[in-house]
Amino acid sequence: MALSEQEALHQAIVPPKPPFIAPGHSPGTVTEKISEIVLTRKTPRWWFVGFGIAFILVMGFLYAVTKLVFEGTGLWGVNIPVGWGFAIVNFVWWIGIGHAGTLISAILLLLRQSWRTSINRFAEAMTIFAVACAGIFPIIHTGRPWLAYWLLPYPNTMGVWPNFRSPLVWDVFAVSTYATVSLLFWYMGLIPDLATLRDRAQNKPAQIIYGMLSMGWRGGSRHWQNYETAYLLMAGIATPLVLSVHTVVSFDFAAGVVPGWHTTIFPPYFVAGAIFAGFAMVLTLTLPLRAVFGLQDFITQRHVQNMAKVMLATGLIVAYGYIIEAFTGWYSGSHYEHFMMLNRIKGPYGFQYAMLWLCNILAPQVLWIRFFRTNPVALWIVAMFVNVGMWLERYIIVITSLHRDFLPSSWGEYAGTRFDWMIFVGTLGLFVALLFLFIRFLPMISIAEMRHMAHQTAHSSGTKEKA
Amino acid sequence: MRAAQTYGLVAEFPSAEGLVIAARAARQAGYSRMEAYTPFPVEDLHDALDLPPSKVPMIVLAGGITGCLGGFGLAYWASAIAYPMNIGGKALNSWPAFIVPTFECTILVASLSAVLGMLALNGLPQPYHPLFNVERFSHASQDGYFLAIEARDKKFDPAATKAFLQGLNPSEVTEVGY
Repeated sequence: MALSEQEALHQAIVPPKPPFIAPGHSPGTVTEKISEIVLTRKTPRWWFVGFGIAFILVMGFLYAVTKLVFEGTGLWGVNIPVGWGFAIVNFVWWIGIGHAGTLISAILLLLRQSWRTSINRFAEAMTIFAVACAGIFPIIHTGRPWLAYWLLPYPNTMGVWPNFRSPLVWDVFAVSTYATVSLLFWYMGLIPDLATLRDRAQNKPAQIIYGMLSMGWRGGSRHWQNYETAYLLMAGIATPLVLSVHTVVSFDFAAGVVPGWHTTIFPPYFVAGAIFAGFAMVLTLTLPLRAVFGLQDFITQRHVQNMAKVMLATGLIVAYGYIIEAFTGWYSGSHYEHFMMLNRIKGPYGFQYAMLWLCNILAPQVLWIRFFRTNPVALWIVAMFVNVGMWLERYIIVITSLHRDFLPSSWGEYAGTRFDWMIFVGTLGLFVALLFLFIRFLPMISIAEMRHMAHQTAHSSGTKEKA
Repeated sequence: MRAAQTYGLVAEFPSAEGLVIAARAARQAGYSRMEAYTPFPVEDLHDALDLPPSKVPMIVLAGGITGCLGGFGLAYWASAIAYPMNIGGKALNSWPAFIVPTFECTILVASLSAVLGMLALNGLPQPYHPLFNVERFSHASQDGYFLAIEARDKKFDPAATKAFLQGLNPSEVTEVGY
């Protein structure tokens, strides 16, 4: 009897956690609720408005890039000494945002965090679109984007091969692998859901298109066995990959001798920053979507709280990175490192540096308070602070280190031009436009995984009657 | 019409548990050419149908090793043989610098083999399958649980097998035509 008493006591002290899916759902209702967004619900007016605005920004982007191709990178604010401007800032920012998607889909799967199920599809889509936006920048930054394929190792009549000792070549390998693996992982996860859409679609074109994309998936037990094995292995493969990508991006800086870049803290601090920024972006997007599509049953309060906690934890790692950076500047005894740190604080970009501390370090501290983790509006505002802060971080790293390096005679200042801004805002438009197309044509929550979860939840909570 | 003109018989069950019991019974009755179809993975079916372990891991391992050797080989060949450049007196085979491309190629080929290997082992893409002729089979991707016994099975007999399936408490038994 002692055992049951203990159990009762435990029940009284620690109330059972709410499930990750609202009660009363069966595989059938989950399928209906998620697939109706794509198949039967009327496209809401805000979709057209949002997509329209994003589309206009994409047009602005195309205009600016066309002009850039015709006239050259002189349209941008970059010059010597600041040869890396917005293009690199935006590249690192976008790539970082992508990292949360892989973290949610791969690392949380391996850690058996079942709450990832309802957000992984969406986060993976976000990863792919963010990587697509990121990939644009190094290509246009080459100045001659039509020759960007020179970065790849291929037999050519010039008899030249890329320098495999260069971090920039490592970057080509890391980013292109990351884009490919993310796309494969996402598509593979979609196959059973595409079969569901094929089977539920009412009109012929939709049946044919979803039918082709689903490749004839039938859900046989042999199918599922191979599928689950492959999915788990993909998660295992993607985990070291995601940690490597931002590490390699940080090598672009850390392998140089420029003060403020040449530090060993860069790889871990970049990876933590990437996850921090990525979760902020996932929250920025899921909080409004969950409200407008009424998906609170699937993306529950617990999901939102967990994401807020991950953001808080990674934000603290980032704070540690900033502190160690400043400490290294002082402790290195190097005149240039010392000056770089003081220049960051008190130099011409001191305001941006202060804003960076406000956005990335101070603002997320409110997440210690429960209210800010549970109130969607408050949490959304905190996430926006982080989005801005992480962009500023890259701006500070790129610009302040370059604009005053070793020789005072070669110092200079940098500011983005309207073309810099147009291209940056244009990629925001591209990102949003792709996301709008995604939520309209593909299930934004994994239906198959939610069915599995609904089945398991119904069984573990003691409801033995069949759905 | 000969018996070979049918693909087999498919029975629908109202629950995953019912399907597992039926699959186990069918295997004990001596059927081997059969498959269970579910809207989400049901682990008990692997045991019920006595499935061999998946071959995907071996394919991924082979892909990973290929990518690893290929990636390092590419970096080595390009830097030391095809286009040797003396930069600051560094060794031509500066292998620590080749680790990043080697690692990325390992990941790339391993993940390509995971996805393509999974598709190949499942016989996908396969736009047509006789089971798609069954009206109710569209529920296999939603909320239906199906057990199909193929006509190729040695023990298959249109009447006897149908009677056997009907004894397993299905909600429906249908003949599958080509």
